[in-house]
Amino acid sequence: MSDALLSVEDLRVRFRTEDGVVRAVDGVSFDLRAGEVLAIVGESGSGKSVTAQTIMGLTRSPNAEFEGRIAYGGIDLLSASDDELRDIRGEEISMIFQDPMTSLHPVYRVGWQIAEIVQAHHRVSRAEARERAIEMLRQVGIPQPERRVDNYPHEFSGGMRQRAMIAMALANSPRILIADEPTTALDVTIQAQIMQLLARLKDELDSAVILITHDLGIVAEVADRVLVMYAGMPVEVGSTDQVFYDPQHPYTWGLLGSIARVDQDLTERLPSIAGSPPSMLARPEGCPFRPRCPHELAHCLELPPLERRVDDQGHSDRCWLTPEQKRERRMVEGRIGLEAGVA
Amino acid sequence: MLRFTVRRLLNMVLVMIALSVLTFVIFNVIPGGDPALRIAGRNANEVVREQVREDYGFNDPIYVQYAVMMQKTINGELISYSNQLNVREEIVRGIPVTLSLVAGAAVIWVFFGVLFGVLSAVYAGRLPDRLLNIVALVGISMPVFWVGLMLLYYLTFRVEAFPPGGYTGLTENPLDWAYHLILPWFALSILFIGFYSRLLRSNVLDVSNEDYIRTARSKGVSERRVLTRHTLRNALIPIVTLFGLDLGQVIGGGAILTESVFGLEGVGKYTADSIGSLDLPPILGVVLYGGFLIVLMNAIVDILYAYLDPRIRLNA
Repeated sequence: MSDALLSVEDLRVRFRTEDGVVRAVDGVSFDLRAGEVLAIVGESGSGKSVTAQTIMGLTRSPNAEFEGRIAYGGIDLLSASDDELRDIRGEEISMIFQDPMTSLHPVYRVGWQIAEIVQAHHRVSRAEARERAIEMLRQVGIPQPERRVDNYPHEFSGGMRQRAMIAMALANSPRILIADEPTTALDVTIQAQIMQLLARLKDELDSAVILITHDLGIVAEVADRVLVMYAGMPVEVGSTDQVFYDPQHPYTWGLLGSIARVDQDLTERLPSIAGSPPSMLARPEGCPFRPRCPHELAHCLELPPLERRVDDQGHSDRCWLTPEQKRERRMVEGRIGLEAGVA
Repeated sequence: MLRFTVRRLLNMVLVMIALSVLTFVIFNVIPGGDPALRIAGRNANEVVREQVREDYGFNDPIYVQYAVMMQKTINGELISYSNQLNVREEIVRGIPVTLSLVAGAAVIWVFFGVLFGVLSAVYAGRLPDRLLNIVALVGISMPVFWVGLMLLYYLTFRVEAFPPGGYTGLTENPLDWAYHLILPWFALSILFIGFYSRLLRSNVLDVSNEDYIRTARSKGVSERRVLTRHTLRNALIPIVTLFGLDLGQVIGGGAILTESVFGLEGVGKYTADSIGSLDLPPILGVVLYGGFLIVLMNAIVDILYAYLDPRIRLNA
């Protein structure tokens, strides 16, 4: 796609560990267009965070191996030098992390930490950087930013710290913001505020967002497109409507089926996907979801490619079932879900 | 801050009392502790010894003896049983020598400890780290008296590069001062360099894994700045603590071996000599002096801690 701002092509990330080689990301491809919100969803260990951190070059280490391409602005972020990457990080691509309690440096004032990202990329005076920090704190809704700019992180509540993280990440008006589970560590009421804030600032700055989450409620609200990951590989990708209303992969059915509903019978247990994600050290042969899938076919011993199997443009999945079979099998007790029975 | 100071002062008084009682009791129960035997001399008979006991108050109840001795300590009138010299004056006389030894050694051990620690962490698992690990282990394992003797043997006896011990005052001749102290400085530093570099290495590696270091990196900050401003800023805090306590201990007469081997007439040498002659008054004096310094350095370290880490409050 030529209009893509960021284009990830067949990204593979492996870590050599004492226990063996961990294939954390195994063939992820997606395009991110300007102003778009792409959600990457999946269970813990599905490779979504590693994908995001690899875009930023944060997974580089002596025991990591990379394959594929991450095209951004004419360069490949995977093979870019550390200096090239450093110029992009925090200036053109920013990231906010899951836990605001531990992601801010405990001994530096909040304003200093925001000013630092400005000064890392722009020749500005300390006073100007501080002004920018106050301005950003105001934008993310911190009351009395002139005073709060001199506070330490421990003087902020969890929600305020995440606001400060957002202020920091957006201080240089990046073209891409990567939000790695930005609300997981926060109270539900604060979660909604933070997501609204992100959505508003993204529109103001016209940034594209990669939102990593396992909260499908948030995805439905803010995402334009969804990439569902399982065991380091994408199993379904499409627009939010496509994935929510016409989910093709049984894993996606399971995810959608396990959302708690307001009209649910309270005496019933919440539906869940039986079994647990495969070990990244020894993945099952063929489709990685096969051991947990009640719809397994003999054909599933062969890994299905990620391709379009339905009429809708841009909607691809990785399951051998025909669209007709899928439509029939994904309905469990009148709604989308994954049949129980296999573990 | 006021509450902190008052609490610490009170604490200090309690520590001093406990230290003095312990020292005093130990010397009254250990065999061969009877000072009358030594004061009266080798050829004295029982009559003379009894006279000495009477004169020095050794026949008084132990709590009276303790009270009298503490009275003398506070008034600075503590006199050695063996050479009849005033204890406070002897300690004060040794302080410049000890301070000279510690000042130079501290600069050396902090410099190399931090340098080696950072290098080890930056090259963790690779050749420089492995080599420095060996250096640190050798440094920790070599006893000071052995290192000191080897240095003296090879560098002053075999190759006459350094003077064989002794001390020249800093104000008399600064060059001669340093010349005399170089070997003791290194001998005293080696152990600390080993400890500090190993501790700093593990601290740096721990802090490197913190989320806020990943945040710093994601901001596009240079690697050098990530190391100095973000990682070392926190990794050095425990080193500051350790340094404060070590400093208190060595200035307080803890450099016994180094001072003895190199013939430096400092507080450590005085401590060694007093222990060698089981001479209670100087031992008590040195113990209280050392205890005072350690408690003082503890308080300073706590204040520094609160300054270095804004999450810590002093009156907790």
